[in-house]
Amino acid sequence: MLSEFFQYDFMKNVVLAILIITPLFALLGTMIVTRKMAFFSDALGHSALTGIAVGLVCGVEDTDISMILFAIVFALLLNYISGKMASSTDTIISVFASCSTAIGLSILSKGGNFSKYSSLLVGDILSITTKEILYLVVIFAVTLVFWIFAYNFMEAAGISRTLAKSKGIPVTVIENIFAVLVACIVTLSIKWVGILLINALLILPAAAAKNISVNVRDYHLFALIFSVFSGLVGLFVSYFTNVATGPMIVIVASAIYFVTFLLGRKMEG
Amino acid sequence: MLRKIINPCGLHCIKVKDLGVAFGDQVVLEHVNLHIHCGSLNVIIGKNGAGKSTFVRALLGDVNHTGTIEFKDRENGKIQKLKIGYVPQKLNLEKNTPVSVYDLMASCCSKTPAFLYKSKKLEAKFKETLDVFEAGDLIDKQVCNLSGGQLQRVLLAMAIYDEPNLLLLDEPVSGIDQIGMDLFYDIIDDLKKNYDLSVILISHDLDMVKERADKVILLDKTVLKEGNPKEVFESKEFEEVFLKVR
Repeated sequence: MLSEFFQYDFMKNVVLAILIITPLFALLGTMIVTRKMAFFSDALGHSALTGIAVGLVCGVEDTDISMILFAIVFALLLNYISGKMASSTDTIISVFASCSTAIGLSILSKGGNFSKYSSLLVGDILSITTKEILYLVVIFAVTLVFWIFAYNFMEAAGISRTLAKSKGIPVTVIENIFAVLVACIVTLSIKWVGILLINALLILPAAAAKNISVNVRDYHLFALIFSVFSGLVGLFVSYFTNVATGPMIVIVASAIYFVTFLLGRKMEG
Repeated sequence: MLRKIINPCGLHCIKVKDLGVAFGDQVVLEHVNLHIHCGSLNVIIGKNGAGKSTFVRALLGDVNHTGTIEFKDRENGKIQKLKIGYVPQKLNLEKNTPVSVYDLMASCCSKTPAFLYKSKKLEAKFKETLDVFEAGDLIDKQVCNLSGGQLQRVLLAMAIYDEPNLLLLDEPVSGIDQIGMDLFYDIIDDLKKNYDLSVILISHDLDMVKERADKVILLDKTVLKEGNPKEVFESKEFEEVFLKVR
């Protein structure tokens, strides 16, 4: 069964890609869940469409670049506005995300051409190339280094901004770097994971891990295990049932979430 | 009971000169002048919206302010960097958050990545500081499951962990019962006497302030009145702020 699976070269690439993307998403997801930024990362995913549209309007050849640039600007803008405004940030994020997505959709759908981009909604992990896997490895390494140096700062700033500042932590800088990192990773992986599912993949493993962890080490370890496990199982199941890979991964991750939810209740109870 | 870090000297002081804070057109604080001695408990009182929390945030550098905050070593008059130990009003941690007391302390007070491993050396150091507040056995507990009093003691331990010159407490006694509050003020008493610390406390509990404070600062946009508790509580400014409303 497995030899049949690996007889295609692209399948090796896909497995490799999943082995890099899922731990990366698990890592980012833990911080996104802790800092209640689920809405923020969702908005970034949707901004990918706008990024492509802006690229097309400006005549940029490689829309990947315009997509990433737009997401970075968008993320920093959201951070800045959230910091300035007194009203709740989820409303502000929603306003900006809806607005930018609508602009993106209207540009891309002009002349009835949207079907060209609809693959972005669901994503296609089977299309990943060796070169793109190399990009992913670089991003993973950068994220890991950032995590080792800045994890404590982010955690502290999430628990209390003022307390973190009193300990001399450069809160705003760290928050902006994290936002840019999330923006880059979300937009780069959109092609393979799809706009509709990318947030699920970020949030679910971390949310499941949160249910059954008591400290940050358990939290990271469980998130990592759940993420890689749902990635690989989702891929195998999708291959043998001929269902799109992204949704299948999310289904497995959701199942894990519900199990841990019940387990967590039991542990408490 | 307490481990002494530095001998009290009574020679340091903190000078706030003409401090002002404005958000846009709205002036929250103006012309605030204060002189804080080490080893003293200074309590800021004032009605809601008087700018008490903003003053704390200005001291911490969390909001932009005009004027200066100087830390002076009185013996040779040289200006050093002011280290502030801050105890926040509340933490942004919801139920079930997987953050232990060790994680909280590691993330705020160290560079050892808390998500990767637990450093035995660091754990021992944290435990030692927590023990000062009889909170050493809480180190592996989830922060969100601590009682109000337990959390207070953990936060105090974190605040004095890197030996600050100034302890800044923002309304720390909310959600704690009377016995807990007495204990809290006893700890503050010990801290200011044994650690060469100036303490600035924001409080709503006027009875406690009367009994325990060395200096009371009545704040409403600026310093209306300062002095020992008796002076301030019997002043006409105090009457105008607190008694007219009732």
